[in-house]
Amino acid sequence: MANLIPPRFKVVIDYEKCRKCKRCVINCGFGVYSFADRVIPDHKKCVSCQRCVAFCPEEAITIIENPNVFRPNSYWTMEDRINIMKQAGSSGMLLTGMGNDRPYKNYFDHLLIDACQVTNPSIDPLREPMELTTYLGKKPDAVTVKVENGKVKLDTRIAPQIKLDTPIIFSPMSYGSISLNAHKALARAAKECGILMNTGEGGLHKDLYPYKDWIIVQVASGRFGVNQEYLDHSAVVEIKIGQGAKPGIGGHLPGEKVNREVSETRMIPEGTDALSPAPHHDIYSIEDLAQLIYALKEATNYEKPVSVKIAAVHNVAAIASGIARAGADIIYIDGFRGGTGAAPTIIRDHIGIPIELAIAAVDDRLRAEGIRNSVSIVAAGGIRHSGDVAKAIALGADAVAIGTAALIAMGCHVCQMCHTGNCSWGIATQRPELTQRLDPDWAAQQLINLVKSWSLELKEILGALGLNAIESLRGSRERLRGIGLNDTELAILGVKHAGR
Amino acid sequence: MPEGRVMAMEINAKGMYYRDLNNLLREKVAEGVTEFTLQGINGQRYLGTGLKGKVKIEVYGTPGNDLGAFMDGPEIIVYGNGQDGIANTMNDGRIVVHGHAGDVLGYGMRGGELYIRESVGYRVGIHMKEYKKQVPVIVVGGTAGAFFGEYMAGGILVVLGLNKKEGEPLTGDYLGTGMHGGVIYLRGEVEKDILGKEVAEFELNEEDYRRLNPLLENYANFFNVSLDEIKKVPFKKLVPVSHRPYGKLYTY
Repeated sequence: MANLIPPRFKVVIDYEKCRKCKRCVINCGFGVYSFADRVIPDHKKCVSCQRCVAFCPEEAITIIENPNVFRPNSYWTMEDRINIMKQAGSSGMLLTGMGNDRPYKNYFDHLLIDACQVTNPSIDPLREPMELTTYLGKKPDAVTVKVENGKVKLDTRIAPQIKLDTPIIFSPMSYGSISLNAHKALARAAKECGILMNTGEGGLHKDLYPYKDWIIVQVASGRFGVNQEYLDHSAVVEIKIGQGAKPGIGGHLPGEKVNREVSETRMIPEGTDALSPAPHHDIYSIEDLAQLIYALKEATNYEKPVSVKIAAVHNVAAIASGIARAGADIIYIDGFRGGTGAAPTIIRDHIGIPIELAIAAVDDRLRAEGIRNSVSIVAAGGIRHSGDVAKAIALGADAVAIGTAALIAMGCHVCQMCHTGNCSWGIATQRPELTQRLDPDWAAQQLINLVKSWSLELKEILGALGLNAIESLRGSRERLRGIGLNDTELAILGVKHAGR
Repeated sequence: MPEGRVMAMEINAKGMYYRDLNNLLREKVAEGVTEFTLQGINGQRYLGTGLKGKVKIEVYGTPGNDLGAFMDGPEIIVYGNGQDGIANTMNDGRIVVHGHAGDVLGYGMRGGELYIRESVGYRVGIHMKEYKKQVPVIVVGGTAGAFFGEYMAGGILVVLGLNKKEGEPLTGDYLGTGMHGGVIYLRGEVEKDILGKEVAEFELNEEDYRRLNPLLENYANFFNVSLDEIKKVPFKKLVPVSHRPYGKLYTY
C-alpha cells in the first residue's frame, strides 16, 4: 500500500544548470538524492525542508507540491486520504512534529491594536525611554514600608522575581528533541538578551551550567535528568504538566535518539526509550500539585520561582486558579498551536484550545478571584511576530514564550519532520553529521537578532499606544478591538468589535 | 569543624511548622552538623528534601509526605510509619522505615535505597530508573498495592510479603505495567492475571542472587529479622519482555 501513496512534493532539477557538485546529495538528511551520472531525486522521500534548495550553488533545484491531484473533494482532503493509506499499510498511530497546522480560526488575526491620534499623544520610542522590563514571579497583595533611621525600607517580603529585559522567553525544547548545538544557541541568546531558555524535560547538559541564571529547568513526569544539581543550576524550576501540541498525553523519545550525551543528560542508559508518563503519577489533584511545588521550593530554599506549565484545554481557567492557589509563582499556558518534537497527529490537531482565548479566560478568572497578582502568566503556542506578543500581553499575559519562531530563526523551515530525527538543518536531530551543521554562535546571533527586532517593534507599538511601559499594556483589553468575531467570541476575549 | 569530628544534635519538633524545621535542618547541615535526632515528629513534610552529603537523621514519630525528596546522600531512619511520596526523585542515600508507608514511594527515583519494614500503598516505584553506577532499590517487607513498578525503567524492587495473611496477594493489580527496565523480585507467587503485559516471570539466576542477597541481608539487619526465615520461600523475578514496549506504535 505504501507504494500507492503519491509523493507530496516533486523535486525539479534544472539539469542545464546543475554542475553535479553533489551538495544536494550531501545536504539532504532524508536521503532524497542519489547520484548516477547525474543527480536523481526520490520524490517520495522529500519533505520540502529546503536545505538542498538553499545550498545548491547553481539555484538549480525547486521543490514544488506534486501537481498530480486526487480528484478534488472538499470533504475528503488529499491529506486525509493519504493518512488513511498510511495507516492501512502500517497499523500505527500517525506521528508528526511542530504545531497544529489545520485551518482553525486564528484569533490573533481577528484582533487589532489601538493607537493614539490627536488626544493623548503617541510617544516616539527612538527619543523617549520605553520600558520592556518584565518581572516574573508572585507579587504581594499589598506592600508595607517601615522607617528605620530615617530611611524608608520595604517591610513586605517579596517572593523571588526573575527580571526579563523583554517579555519574550524561549519555550521548552528538550536536548534529545533538538541538538546540543541548538540548546547552546538558546542559552547564549537568553543570556545576551536578558531572558530565559527552558531545558524542556530532557535534563541539562553540563556545558550549559554557566548559563544557569538564564535557564528554566523542567521537572516532568519522567523526571529525566532531575537531581539536586539540576535544580541548583536554574533561575526557575518548572513542573511540566502538559504541552499544547499534546495535552494529556506523555512523551516518548525513541531509543535511537538516546546517544551517549543524551543518555548522560537524561541520566538513563544509552539506547533505551525515554518514556514520559501521561500524568505525573504523584499528582492526581491540586493538593498533590501543591505538594510537588513546595517540595521544589524546599529543595531550592524558596529562592526560585516555581512555574507550572499546562496545555490550554477547555477548563483552563479553573485549572489555572487551582495552580495559583497551589502556590505556583508562574503559570505557563501553551495553546493548541504549540509545537512538539513528536506527537500523534490526531492529538496535535484536535485537542486543546487557542492560546488567545485561554489567556483571556485565565486572566478574567484570576482577576475575578482577586488572585491575579499571585502568579505571572506566560503565554505560548503560535506566537509568530511582535504583533502576537503585544496582543497576548494586552489580553492578559505577562510574557510570551516562543519555540517555533526560535527554531525558524536558527534555520528551521517548518517541514514538520522533527520526529524523524533527520533534520537537515541540524536542529531536531542527534545524527552527528547533521548536528555539526548548526554553528551555535551563528544560531545564537540569529536568535538575539530576532528578539531584538521584536523588542524594537514592541516599543513602536507601545509608542503608538501612548504607553511607555509594557506593564501598562498587560491586560489592557480596551486597547484591542475584534474584527469578524461574534458576540460570544468578543465576550470571551473581553474586547469590543472594531468601530466601537 | 575539625576533620572527622561528628557533630550531633537533637531537636524536639513537637508542633514545629515544617518550613521552620527544614530551615533549621538546612542551616545546621551548613554549619557542619552531621547527625540529627528528631523527636516528636508528627506529619512534618519534606524532611531531608534536597539535602546532600553525609548526614544521618533519626526520626521518631510519623514524618509527612515527600520525606527525602530529591535527596542526594543522607541516611534517614524512621522509627514509626512513613506517609506518601518518600524518596521522590531521590538521587542517593538511604531511608529505612520501621513500619508501614503510604503511596507513590520512590517516584522517578534514580539512586539510593529505601527499606520499608511492613507494607506499602499504591503506585510504588513508578518510573524508577538507573544510570551507570546508580541503581535505586526499594525493599518492601510486607505487601504492595496496585501499580507497583509501573513504567519502571531501571533499579530493583523487592517484595517480601513477610506479614502477608493466608490468601492475601503479594501485590495489587497492574504489577509492572509499562515496565521497560530494571527487575522486580517477588518472594513467593503472584497470580498471572495481575501482571502488566510488558513483563514476564522468570526463575532467578546466579547474578540475581548476587544482587538480591545483600539487600535481604540489609533488611534482616535493619529490622532484626531472621535471614533464613526470609530465604525459606523461593523468589521469582519479573523483567520486561522488551526494552522498547512502544517501539512499533507509530507510522510516519
